[in-house]
Amino acid sequence: MAEASPRIGVRRTYKLYVGGAFPRSESGRSYPVTSPAGVHLANAALASRKDVRDAVVTARRAFPGWSGRTAYNRGQILYRIAEMMEGRRDQFAAEVAAAEGAGRGKAQALVSAAVDRWVYYAGWADKLGQVLGGANPVSGPYFNLSEPEPTGVVGVLAPTGSSLLGLVSVLAPVITSGNTAVLVASERAPLPAVTLAEALATSDLPAGVANILTGRVAELAPPLAGHADVNALDLAGAGALAAELEELAATTLKRVLRPGRDDWNAADPGLARIRPFLEIKTVWHPMGR
Amino acid sequence: MEIFEYAPAPESRSIVSIRPSYDLFIDGEFVEAKSDERIVTVNPADEEPLAEVAAAGDADVERAFAAARRAFERVWSPLPGAERGKYLFRIARVIQERARELAVLESLDNGKPIKETRDIDLPLVAAHFFYYAGWADKLSHAGLAGTRPLGVAAQVIPWNFPLLMLAWKVAPALATGNTVVLKPAETTPLTALAFAEICQEADLPPGVVNIVTGAGDTGRAVVSHPDADKVAFTGSTEVGRQIARTVAGTGKRLTLELGGKGANIVYDDAAIDQAVEGIVSGIFFNQGHVCCAGSRLLVQESIAQELLARLRARIERLRLGDPLDKNTDLGAINSAAQLARIRELAAAGEAEGATGWSPACPLPERGYWFPPTVFTGVTQAHRIAREEIFGPVLSVLTFRTPEEAVAKANNTPYGLSAGVWTEKGSLMLWTASRLRAGVVWSNTFNVFDPASPFGGYKESGYGREGGLHGLEAYLDV
Repeated sequence: MAEASPRIGVRRTYKLYVGGAFPRSESGRSYPVTSPAGVHLANAALASRKDVRDAVVTARRAFPGWSGRTAYNRGQILYRIAEMMEGRRDQFAAEVAAAEGAGRGKAQALVSAAVDRWVYYAGWADKLGQVLGGANPVSGPYFNLSEPEPTGVVGVLAPTGSSLLGLVSVLAPVITSGNTAVLVASERAPLPAVTLAEALATSDLPAGVANILTGRVAELAPPLAGHADVNALDLAGAGALAAELEELAATTLKRVLRPGRDDWNAADPGLARIRPFLEIKTVWHPMGR
Repeated sequence: MEIFEYAPAPESRSIVSIRPSYDLFIDGEFVEAKSDERIVTVNPADEEPLAEVAAAGDADVERAFAAARRAFERVWSPLPGAERGKYLFRIARVIQERARELAVLESLDNGKPIKETRDIDLPLVAAHFFYYAGWADKLSHAGLAGTRPLGVAAQVIPWNFPLLMLAWKVAPALATGNTVVLKPAETTPLTALAFAEICQEADLPPGVVNIVTGAGDTGRAVVSHPDADKVAFTGSTEVGRQIARTVAGTGKRLTLELGGKGANIVYDDAAIDQAVEGIVSGIFFNQGHVCCAGSRLLVQESIAQELLARLRARIERLRLGDPLDKNTDLGAINSAAQLARIRELAAAGEAEGATGWSPACPLPERGYWFPPTVFTGVTQAHRIAREEIFGPVLSVLTFRTPEEAVAKANNTPYGLSAGVWTEKGSLMLWTASRLRAGVVWSNTFNVFDPASPFGGYKESGYGREGGLHGLEAYLDV
């Protein structure tokens, strides 16, 4: 009897996440991703400007449905994302360890924090209306009510250094209120983002609500910032491009969250990343007989 | 039917004394401008010059920012909120005391009817200061504990509600502990200069409010000044874009209240006479010089004929003329430039195939005037359906289903205001929730209140003015 040969592992292809599907870049390009120590990890899709435009179209199409869901339902779906991540903890930890050069314990802690972040923002979905809205005591016979609404399609540049916790910390606050997102993953460490996309795809998150692109930020960010159908930008990972992108965003008066000194480990991030992507709508109605 | 004619009922001008020439208000005093340039402000109702004001240059703007910075650091931000609030209460009271004088002055400089300045602008101005005065020592109760004022705010305001826009900018800025450099509009500087006197009368510490008059160059110097921590602008979307570009990369905080092309939706079950009143106040209030005007009437096809007949009959009763006459409904267009813009767009409406209608309406011989105008046969592609006219020109479109009404209402890069007319509560709420606009008036239009946040979606700008939400714009939230 011949000796059994060692099993050849099945490697994963890291693709984009657009409209609920996992396409390669329309450009057919990819780029090698390495660990901080220079070890080749995998090839990631090198998205193009056309991929950005396709992602914006799918995000816009998903907006009425997602923003029209009840806040309770959005909260449940965000919580479901946490459940899906929890079930793949080991995979995430291994990828974060490889991507960030973190030790096993550190990587495990980062994954735990990322899962908890989804739970945190899941809880915000149906609190925003009361915390940020309410009746206004106008001086006349009117019922006057203000309520927060999502601004629309948000372009997000994920932080470069925090491949999973930073990524979740910018994506979750954008979508919890009903926005849809086109996110550019960390250029240097994109693999956890693709794995997150696989968790999103199995979380009842409607197709197109979160779209994740991998590639060169310098190539993808300008068309996203200048796109006329994008309502807002989170420049967390913009680096030196921030001023140029803010100027591009001015063309259609996008709301812009500038990069700051973010502590992705903060236990209670509050409304700081939710509020910039909300509109306040005020409705007046007369009272009388 | 024979109706009684109205006798002239002009409000007296004698309550106002306008100086021939005004200096800049910097550091608590009126100071001569270093710039030699002067601007003449005219009464748009008769083109007579009212006064000459300085056009502040870079050196003047520099002085104003230095004064504002000094006041911020030494006096205003260290002052307890309760004491800041007391200054604002004082200002509110002086405005109430001098309300008639300010109303007449505003009508003279702007051209809007005294009925509006007296009954709407001035009461709202005083109320705005009164409202924000009370917030000054209660920020920690507004979910804003631990936040800090931004510093010096650069504020540029428009000519359509000169003193009211000043109040919207200055009151929340001061209540939260900021100091300001404000530039009023080139064609309507006089009430801002009267406000400067009120600051003196209230003993407001020097430098807390600085007012630099001028035109576009002065505005650019103000918003691009490196020592501005915050820029707040109300005006056209085009200028708003330029300001957003200027501010990009500087870290300055920015709020913008820009243009609009508000849809006023009338469903077939609406109370027609009330809707007609709302359509009229939606587009003819303040000669249509209103960013949140209901300039696109969307009427359900089945009632369009009847509604338009009643609307025309109502418009025929509007009285256009002397802004100081207490019976005047429509005053003068604010400037020759704005009149040219309105004429250009109205001509484009005709040229593109829409049909314009105006009542028989004699226009005064001198001054800038445009009759109330209604365009029917308007399509969504027409310029008069897409571009902000900022004048008394209504574009009428029709729809069959609520879905179509919402789609047409939202088919614009703007998102400031909208109106809904229906007697059915569920349809109103359904429609209001789908309109992408910052203010939705249901069975009413163009009502304002200091407690009610105001501001736009999309290219109508960002940030809110008024209410608790208006505080955020001046704090490091």
